[in-house]
Amino acid sequence: MKPFVGQSLERLEDDRLLRGEATFVDDIMLDDMIYLAVFRSPIAHGRIIRVDLTRAKEMNGVVAAFAGADFDALPKIPLRLAPVEGVARFLQRPIARDKVRYVGEPIAVVLATTPELAEDALELIDIEIDQLQPVVDWATASTPGALLFEENNTNVTARYTVSEGDMAKAFAAAAYTRRETFYCHRHTALPMETRGLVASWDETDGRMKIWGSTKVLWFNRKTTAEALGLEMDQVHMMGTDVGGGFGVRGELYPEDFLVPFVAKKIGRPVKWIEDRREHLMATNHSREITCDLEIACSREGLILGLRGTVYGDMGAYTRTNGGIVPVRTAQFLIGPYRIRALEFDVAIFVSNKTPVGTYRGPGRFEANFFRERLMDMAANDLGIDPAEFRSINLIREDELPYSTGKLVPYENPFIYDTGNYQTGLDRVLEAIGYDRLRALNGKEIDGRRHGVGLTCFVECSGGGPKENSRVVLERDGTISVHTGCSMIGQGLETALTQLAADTLGIEMKHIRVHNASTENLDEGFGTFASRGAIRGGNAVVDGAKNFIEQITRFANEVMDRAANDLQWANGAITDHDGTILYDLPTLAKYAAEREQSVEANGSYFSTGLTFSYGAHAAYVAVDPRTGAVEVLDYYAAEDIGVAINPMVVHGQLIGSIVQGLGGAFLDHLIYDEDGQFLTGTLADYLVPTATDFPKVRGESYGEKLASTNPLGVKGAGEGGIVGVAGAVANAVAAALRPLDVKITSLPLSPPLLWKSITETANQVSSN
Amino acid sequence: MTDVAIALTVNGQNIKVSVEPRLTLAALLRRRLRLTGTHLGCEHGVCGACTVIVDGDAVRSCLILAVQADGVEITTVEGLAHGETLSPLQSAFKKHHALQCGFCTPGILTTMHALLSEEPDAAEERIRHVLSGNICRCTGYLPIVEAVLEAAEAYRKKAQP
Amino acid sequence: MKPAPFDYARPNTLAEALSFMTAEDAKPIAGGQSLIPLLALRMTAPKLLVDISRIAELKGVEFDSGYIKLGALTRWCDVLKNRKLAVQHPLLVEAIGHTAHYQIRNRGTVGGSCSHADPSAEMPAVAVACEAQFEIKSLRGTRIVPADEFFVSVLTTAIEADELLVSIRLPAWPPARRYAFQEFSRRTGDFAMAGCIVFWDDEDGRCANPHVGVFGVADTPLRIRDVERVLLNRPITTNVIAEATSALREAVIPQDDLHAPSAYRSALLGVLLERALLSASSRKREEVA
Repeated sequence: MKPFVGQSLERLEDDRLLRGEATFVDDIMLDDMIYLAVFRSPIAHGRIIRVDLTRAKEMNGVVAAFAGADFDALPKIPLRLAPVEGVARFLQRPIARDKVRYVGEPIAVVLATTPELAEDALELIDIEIDQLQPVVDWATASTPGALLFEENNTNVTARYTVSEGDMAKAFAAAAYTRRETFYCHRHTALPMETRGLVASWDETDGRMKIWGSTKVLWFNRKTTAEALGLEMDQVHMMGTDVGGGFGVRGELYPEDFLVPFVAKKIGRPVKWIEDRREHLMATNHSREITCDLEIACSREGLILGLRGTVYGDMGAYTRTNGGIVPVRTAQFLIGPYRIRALEFDVAIFVSNKTPVGTYRGPGRFEANFFRERLMDMAANDLGIDPAEFRSINLIREDELPYSTGKLVPYENPFIYDTGNYQTGLDRVLEAIGYDRLRALNGKEIDGRRHGVGLTCFVECSGGGPKENSRVVLERDGTISVHTGCSMIGQGLETALTQLAADTLGIEMKHIRVHNASTENLDEGFGTFASRGAIRGGNAVVDGAKNFIEQITRFANEVMDRAANDLQWANGAITDHDGTILYDLPTLAKYAAEREQSVEANGSYFSTGLTFSYGAHAAYVAVDPRTGAVEVLDYYAAEDIGVAINPMVVHGQLIGSIVQGLGGAFLDHLIYDEDGQFLTGTLADYLVPTATDFPKVRGESYGEKLASTNPLGVKGAGEGGIVGVAGAVANAVAAALRPLDVKITSLPLSPPLLWKSITETANQVSSN
Repeated sequence: MTDVAIALTVNGQNIKVSVEPRLTLAALLRRRLRLTGTHLGCEHGVCGACTVIVDGDAVRSCLILAVQADGVEITTVEGLAHGETLSPLQSAFKKHHALQCGFCTPGILTTMHALLSEEPDAAEERIRHVLSGNICRCTGYLPIVEAVLEAAEAYRKKAQP
Repeated sequence: MKPAPFDYARPNTLAEALSFMTAEDAKPIAGGQSLIPLLALRMTAPKLLVDISRIAELKGVEFDSGYIKLGALTRWCDVLKNRKLAVQHPLLVEAIGHTAHYQIRNRGTVGGSCSHADPSAEMPAVAVACEAQFEIKSLRGTRIVPADEFFVSVLTTAIEADELLVSIRLPAWPPARRYAFQEFSRRTGDFAMAGCIVFWDDEDGRCANPHVGVFGVADTPLRIRDVERVLLNRPITTNVIAEATSALREAVIPQDDLHAPSAYRSALLGVLLERALLSASSRKREEVA
């Protein structure tokens, strides 16, 4: 049988999605269900004087309303990742108590018999808040004045320095240095499905069922149970179809505590579905980083050192993701380059904005933009072609494994294991037609300036060392596979089925991979850092192998044969000579007769991470009079080791590139100087549509397998986004070089680009 | 505020309901008729996830009040397949991996079905232009356009006498 | 984002509708493509919604010798599919092609858009540039309001609480007219960040009867008489274009807003005017069979 792994098979999850028969959390309708709406702070920073629920409670159709002290039994939302020293002092209560610290922070909840009535009731809540001076950036955070947490006497949650090598020597020896300040703007994932939860408490059973959680179900279950004063096995997180995660869905938010808490209190199933306006102000923001960066090079373009300061605006609270975004930014500044002297000072601070968390390629999108821009500036100053500059500095294959040094205070250094970074770049240069395009850099054609730009990247995936699986023989002879990795639309169901089918040697149609649910597995770890195929996949393979052992043992027992007399081959129990004796349906019948279950657990544990890598190239035309940029061509290449399903992997690449183009040009979460949130609908928060970036190409290939897992597979969900800002910014900069425009800031929106162009022109003309 | 009685046809079935005036068509389909294939992505008429076909036109069901749908014929995503068999458009989506999380997909299927039914010769530029009214966060749109171009063949065949 | 509660009436005739409009806090709804988002965001909460979408008297496109009459319920898709309109008023059809998206064009109406009066919308801009006339009725009678009086401010028109917009009349469009429509938006179908409409009648290579309209840059769409004065009776040369954009810069100072600062919009508008003038002067009016 031809292996399923490696084939571009149509996805199993598609049928129900295409028919409109999937079950997303808002599709769950339980008897006696009531609807929860959240009253959210309309101001950015203030002291709560009064919250009056009287009128809301009296409204027809309102079942209950709660605020502040009603939730005192709930703990603060815990840290799950990136426990940088200091950040844990700034955790969030699920409901605002004495202060509000961002527009959108929950202050009260109402429950009513319809979602419309719940929203009506919000308008009957009376509040009085004394406004306080807001903190909106590093300047206002770091100078004495407004404090978000008076008890901490600072807005800086953490500050640390990491360094490797001899920086003083590097700069002393350098023939060339350059220092610039870069800025990546606040934006976010915007999945098409907003968040939502359904919680149902059964008083007789003492069981709480929750739908709508994802990503890290077991962590969420454990934390929720503790918060509610329940045993872990009293709480179950049920799997649903999920309309995109991208890192922002599945972390614990205030509502993850409020909804089940209220469901238990009232004793009726409670549904909460976030509307889009709420989503924009309540679901994790990301990416807002300022980086002051300095490079030291030899005259020949060899990078001797890279140093700087990373400022991470984390929003009003530290939530589950800790300080992850600025932490990863600093860590990924080195990228795939041989830079022996590194020194980064990381400053993480709170501001009166929505809290920040992971968004696809967290810290990488930003770091790659900062570093690749500075590299292009250096290359230009030194008169070296940008591609050549990169080749000089890319880590060579014979230099791997390569340790980056300790760039994260609480983690071991990354060891880039396998790779041929130059090949990744070569593929992109060839595909985009770099030699032809660079001759057009800065040229004006039909009123527009043309430019080509590059970025090289290395991307780490597969974190969180362990994953589990369970493989079960069902009554009808089919195989159920349970995994700890949630489905979020990434094709995992199909990929895991392919792996299981190959291991078991049976057709895919006999296997059903179930969505992660705490009811099906004692312990799982989750879907994040593109680990589904790596950790989840290897765990399924292990589980399937263990299952073969189990079913063979079972068959030997049933047939009263000596151990290992019968074998498993070609998807069935066979005799020594390969004669098929018992197929799965037959074995299932025997198991049923004996009231026995045939199943096996699997797991995969490795501290080894995987490192995909590659390059991006963008070719643009810039209209200097309007600031409009057209992406004429885009190409990315990523070495992902092994593609379980090449079609699915390619879909991830293209989808993440387009999402990244949105991040570079369109997506923008905007606050005014009072911390008032301004981009509250999809008319203001812009994301790519079908006409914005029609020319996007790329390839995922497997030249170097991952050395840290048996399948050799690397994560493929984020490489497509991490290089986009660097590539397009470099292309725009190359296009505008004759006009001497400095590109150091995102987004590259028409008004902002026009401003840079005009300011430069004004400077030039006034000189 | 008084409920209003309406009668309409949904996927070939005659429906009679009484609704409050502010209930949107999307909410009627999802909550009253349990046709949850039509999704709500924004509720203010931008994302297109809620698109259904009303009297042959692709429209945003979050921008129609249920009471305004009195007397109309509606096709939702649930009405596109031919029983067990996926429609040519749905099959093409599967073949070209034109969906990932699937949340925006029903709105795109109905939009493209309406477009191709009326314009089976639609070229890529026209398809993209119409598709610009539906937001997808997962696919980057390329495979969707490919799928629609392939499916158009089936609509052209049907259009020929 | 669910609307606040309201009552609903669906009159069959215009007379019935006008009667309902005398009720307290009544608002008409047609396609709902502008109104329902406002209701969902609770930016408006009328007591009574009067559904006028099935009233025959408000439908239809009529061609008379001196004008084209668009019933208020004329949908965008009706305009785009109307072959006679494509010939009789190509500017209108081109402008509507930029309006919103496919699904919205199946429901949104010319009357709804003008009553909503978003300063960045295309239809109000065409109405102002073309000196359209708005037919407004109430139980008290009928009045005709010219476009430059109809649009009062952002989302505000001259329509009074008990009145309904019945039709919009556009002056007939000479076949040889030179025109251009230029709009700049972030993405396809987005509201314009700035837009410019120009047209004139050619008299021996000179500009007669020039009309210059701008939108997306002020509280309402505007006709810029200062620029029209620059163009009048002159050929469209590089110097004339430069003078025209200079006059425009003086005449219109856009406000800063979330999407763009004033200086950007002003510069953008200048570029659009220049492109419109160039485009219109080289455009030849072709007969469409």
